[in-house]
Amino acid sequence: MAECVNDSDAESTINYGDYVVLKRGDVFKSVLVENKKKVIFEKQWFFLDNVVGQLYRTMFEIEASGSLKPKAVKGAGDSLDSKEAGQDNRHIVDDGRSQKLTRDDIETLKEQGLKGQEIVQQLIDNSTTFKDKTEFAQAKYIKKKKKKYESDITVLKPSARLLAMMYHGREPGKICHLRYDTLAQILTLGNIHAGSKIIVFETCAGLVLGSVMERMGGFGSVIQMYPGGGPTRAGMESFGLPSHFHETLHDFPLCKVNALLAGTLDLTEKDADSQANGSRIGGSDSSQETSGVSEEKKSEPQSMEVSVDPQEEMRRAERERLREQRAQEKKVKMEEKRKKLASAAALLEGRNADGLVIACRLHPCPVLMGLLKFLAPSRPFVVYCQYREPLIECYTKLREQGGAISLRLTDSWIRHYQVLPNRTHPLLLMSGGGGYLLSGTTVATDAAKARNPHKSEEPAAKRLKLDEISSSCDGSAKAISLV
Amino acid sequence: MSFVEYSELIQEGDVVIIFLGHDSMMPIKVQSGAQTQTRFGAIRHSSDLIGQRFGTKVTCSKGGWVYVLHPTPELWTVNLPHRTQILYTTDIANITLMLDLKPGSVVCESGTGSGSLSHSILRTIAPTGHLHTVEFHAQRAEKAIQEFKEHKVSHLVTVRNQDVCAEGFGITGVADAVFLDIPSPWEAVTHAKRAMKRKGGRLCSFSPCIEQVQKTCEALLNHGFEEICTLEVLLRVHDVRSVTLPLPDFGPEECGTNSTPSDLNQEEVPNTGNTSVICRTATPPREMAGHTGYLTFATKPRD
Repeated sequence: MAECVNDSDAESTINYGDYVVLKRGDVFKSVLVENKKKVIFEKQWFFLDNVVGQLYRTMFEIEASGSLKPKAVKGAGDSLDSKEAGQDNRHIVDDGRSQKLTRDDIETLKEQGLKGQEIVQQLIDNSTTFKDKTEFAQAKYIKKKKKKYESDITVLKPSARLLAMMYHGREPGKICHLRYDTLAQILTLGNIHAGSKIIVFETCAGLVLGSVMERMGGFGSVIQMYPGGGPTRAGMESFGLPSHFHETLHDFPLCKVNALLAGTLDLTEKDADSQANGSRIGGSDSSQETSGVSEEKKSEPQSMEVSVDPQEEMRRAERERLREQRAQEKKVKMEEKRKKLASAAALLEGRNADGLVIACRLHPCPVLMGLLKFLAPSRPFVVYCQYREPLIECYTKLREQGGAISLRLTDSWIRHYQVLPNRTHPLLLMSGGGGYLLSGTTVATDAAKARNPHKSEEPAAKRLKLDEISSSCDGSAKAISLV
Repeated sequence: MSFVEYSELIQEGDVVIIFLGHDSMMPIKVQSGAQTQTRFGAIRHSSDLIGQRFGTKVTCSKGGWVYVLHPTPELWTVNLPHRTQILYTTDIANITLMLDLKPGSVVCESGTGSGSLSHSILRTIAPTGHLHTVEFHAQRAEKAIQEFKEHKVSHLVTVRNQDVCAEGFGITGVADAVFLDIPSPWEAVTHAKRAMKRKGGRLCSFSPCIEQVQKTCEALLNHGFEEICTLEVLLRVHDVRSVTLPLPDFGPEECGTNSTPSDLNQEEVPNTGNTSVICRTATPPREMAGHTGYLTFATKPRD
């Protein structure tokens, strides 16, 4: 089959420098594959060196030395069936003595190098009640013990799905409790796709940014707005996106939005200028600046010392040279930074972005009002907030101000199921909430309508007013639909 | 205009969405000289639409105005002509994420139905991916081909008029993801597996009934699929509104403390003698979609 040629294994081989996702059961961890790097995952430590050269989706087992060994493909010896099974649980007594193996025995077995599956078999053999359990209960027992003692690790290629599930499961606080199904809504409602120009403002460790970039596939541009010091991107790095994707990523500080909107953003600013700017605004600019300043101050008293020692003289010259070099490097860096800022500003200036995604810890209302101005008309925007009330405020403000239609405040509900013959039911635990979304579409504001001055607005204005009244005070079913 | 690329101005032949207000929209095809009737009067395509910017107001002949919007897969989902039951945005969003779809993905889908999911998939996999969609109903397949052409996405999609359970997807070893929305998905699992890449991929099956899910899960397990997971997602809409809550009257206070209702941190309004507060809140609708279908996801391992 000629078609299969594309399906080469080259791109699915794990290499040093790859960001990968480790999976054990339902638990994930994102790591960078590095030489002799010790990884701790689910209370076990191991080295990743042996995964290099193997294919993604390979399953490994941990050896006593801490090295990983690719696991043989599941064979026939996999089954842990027992022949006997009870009818129901009438003879099962919970006296805490059904398992004859003690904690220590199990530890000894482990030290002897017994594999997870063998330990589970030992547990079954030494359980006095196992054969009395029903078939279903036996299956559940094996599943539970397998989860505990089998420590197979699968190495996966990162994706928005895996990272969203990982963050939600391990560190929900870092991503403002954004659940994966809510992230899915953000990406779809925002119509994130290749070739568009998307503005992202997030404080979700870079997860939302990375997901947006994955969906854009390196086509188009992403402008990350950031508060304070600098943009957060750790989560985005974990996606392991190809390097050309990063060329489509721009960033712009929130604190310069007003200047940009007013047209007073000074991009030609010289060192001194930006120094003043930086220290006023605070953040990475200023930290770099101040460190530079303090260095200069430190070196000043030294240079005032009168020295005659030629060695000292040489050292001084060396110092001078280093300082010069540093200054030069700084200048180049500044120039690069200025260029980057200018390119981001140029992208924003046209006020023709194709989408806006906000998912942050900040109050979303001022963020939304500030950033919505950069969108072209007829483009979607999505605001995520862990709480509902701030989004109610956004909704109210947008209704007052206009410029947006199809406003919807939503959240989603997700339930997982256990599907087994004769034992299908929802899982006993479910997530209580995954955050709220406000979504809508921008439209041209009244400035644009001046083009058609001959047309009267009467009937529609009246209609709008009615909508406002019905949605604000009465509880009739009519008011339920949203604009 | 294309469903996979934004344009600024409306052109002849475009599909545009006319926004009439309150979840009331209609799709129209722009043709010079044509007119479209709305409840606010006629829209004349040549003078009112062509050359206008998407997102601007258009005034109809009776004086009312509407907004004219750029189509997106999400707007299309709520505006498309139904030929079948369709998938809605909430499920589509989860399918897209859980199938790891992105630009360049090769996707198989069956059935095409009304094309609600197809448009969304095409938007996500463009410009380098491809969708192979299989529909056993000849007219529906024909209509889908025509729509994809009108929406300028036909270069990204192959529509096949065949029965996926009998004949499969018509491709082997090229798909990153497969989506099944058919009455008996378990009969298509073999074909799905064959269509997928050797290195593996993701599969999703959408079924409204739990019995279908049971059979599908069994078939998936028998064919070596892993990470089988069934879930259900619902969208809850919150209607933002102001409600007026009257305050109780306990009669004059005896001990003469000066606590009055104004201590409440809310806006007061006199209401026929009694006081009440206005509260800005959001309420769930009286009725909502409580079930669409179960989504079963699975991973095909490397061969």
